[in-house]
Amino acid sequence: MGMTITEKILAAHAGKATVEPGELIHAQLDAVLANDVTAPVSIKEFEAHNIEKVFDKERVIFVQDHFVPAKDIKSAEQAKIMRDFARKHELLNHFDVGEMGIEHCLLPEKGLVGPGDVVIGADSHTCTYGALGAFATGVGSTDLAAGMALGEAWFKVPETIKFDYDGVLPEDVTGKDLILHTIGDIGVDGALYQSMELTGTAIENLSMDGRMTMTNMAIEAGAKNGIIAPDKTTLAYIEDRAVRPFKVYASDNDAKYVREIKYDVEKLEPVVAFPHLPENTKPVSEAGHVEIDQVVIGSCTNGRIEDLRLAAKIFQGKKVHKNVRCIIFPGTQAIYKQAIKEGLMEIFIDAGVAVSTPTCGPCLGGHMGILAKGERALATTNRNFVGRMGHPESEVYLCGCNVAAASAIAGRIVHPREVE
Amino acid sequence: MKFNGPVWKFGKDIDTDAIIPARYLNTTSPEELAKHCMEDADPTFPQKVKAGDIIVADKNFGCGSSREHAPICIKAAGVSCVIAKSFARIFFRNSINIGLPIFECPEAVDGISEGDVVSVNAADGTIVNETTGATFKAKALPASMQELIAVGGLMKYVQAKLAAKA
Repeated sequence: MGMTITEKILAAHAGKATVEPGELIHAQLDAVLANDVTAPVSIKEFEAHNIEKVFDKERVIFVQDHFVPAKDIKSAEQAKIMRDFARKHELLNHFDVGEMGIEHCLLPEKGLVGPGDVVIGADSHTCTYGALGAFATGVGSTDLAAGMALGEAWFKVPETIKFDYDGVLPEDVTGKDLILHTIGDIGVDGALYQSMELTGTAIENLSMDGRMTMTNMAIEAGAKNGIIAPDKTTLAYIEDRAVRPFKVYASDNDAKYVREIKYDVEKLEPVVAFPHLPENTKPVSEAGHVEIDQVVIGSCTNGRIEDLRLAAKIFQGKKVHKNVRCIIFPGTQAIYKQAIKEGLMEIFIDAGVAVSTPTCGPCLGGHMGILAKGERALATTNRNFVGRMGHPESEVYLCGCNVAAASAIAGRIVHPREVE
Repeated sequence: MKFNGPVWKFGKDIDTDAIIPARYLNTTSPEELAKHCMEDADPTFPQKVKAGDIIVADKNFGCGSSREHAPICIKAAGVSCVIAKSFARIFFRNSINIGLPIFECPEAVDGISEGDVVSVNAADGTIVNETTGATFKAKALPASMQELIAVGGLMKYVQAKLAAKA
């Protein structure tokens, strides 16, 4: 019996020739990641159990991205716990203010994760790295503390759902629309405990940025991981970045899938997820008249250079609606710099957009764009739960960067062609 | 281990932002977090929950973020255990790792109403609705997880493994 790409990677890291869904394994980890919200809890566990050192100073990666530059004294204390630990243990990959970016934009950019890796991160969107052909999954802080100490973690080998995205993407349809459409179809627990393997001609023709947007949201369908087999696009992205040797895996032709789902992407249009679950999707043409108070463009889902280019194309020569606050968050310092070089920042500022240093802040209602009671935001982020971006009686709608930019101009949710 | 207490009932897809909103994630103190437990699902919950109470919820409890603060705040609020139709996977792992007892049992969820008094025998997964007399059986935890719990949690396992290496 053949194996899926996920099974092959897990087998290799567990020192086994084969593994099967349901099997419990201990796998070696290529990288473990934590941020300023989750690392302090891990550090508390690590120190409470008198563990002297981390398994590898290079592979324990800390990114200060949620509440820094510190939003308040308590957050500053959390960041300091992380900083002090990183210095004490001489971590080589601790990214603090000035170097940091949103973790899931930063790690691929720095080549710290690559094809064939097994990665855990104390952040649910760690599944992003599946776009590189890695097995990457989110865990909690105690699992992370154990990973920091041992360089291994236990997993139940997941069953795999194969998604086949067939056809050529229509204009205005992005990777974000594909993944929102998928979550709308299978539901927020449609892939619970399972692996989502994304394949098909539309994926083959998608850029790395678009692919990362898709695997990023595998968790929003409850999945353990999302994964795309590496191809020439992946290799072109990672070859000059990778800090370690990597290995390319692919699913066997006779690999076993628990389900196979096929989408004809040529029938799709841009998608919006209505409050309060990512599965509440509608084609934008059926959104109706939804006025918005705030637009957020960025995050680990859509904060990469291609996302900013798409937004800038729409903002060119236009103005943000007078009733809307539009905030753009580039994912990393390098993306920020590239956006300046390409003149995107000038377009944003001329349009009346506020541009921020990289941060997870607004996406999770931390800081830098909190909503008041009754306010409504349209965001290129990944979650629209109750209170996600602020007051429990505020609302978040999710979409891709083109719909977000066009809607910021129109003052209500619109199809990008409406502002052309 | 046995639990006995009145039930607070919640719906489906209760996410970790509802369990502990991110605006309170600037602390790791269980007591501080407990003051806001379930706040965005039921703003009055932190005031009315008492030690020994039980949470019963529909499918996909704990979906969303990986924040371990979610099971930590439930445990610190005094909730003895959570029964749900299903749990999101990171929440499931986190609960085991921090020692919050959780039970997957769709029939029990359908057979328990808010305010019912329920008793749970953790050893064999028997759930009894003392108010109605109905009895249910939760799915047993996988053997490997029972072993982790038996050695005192994941970090104790890590300590033992490091000691064996030394």
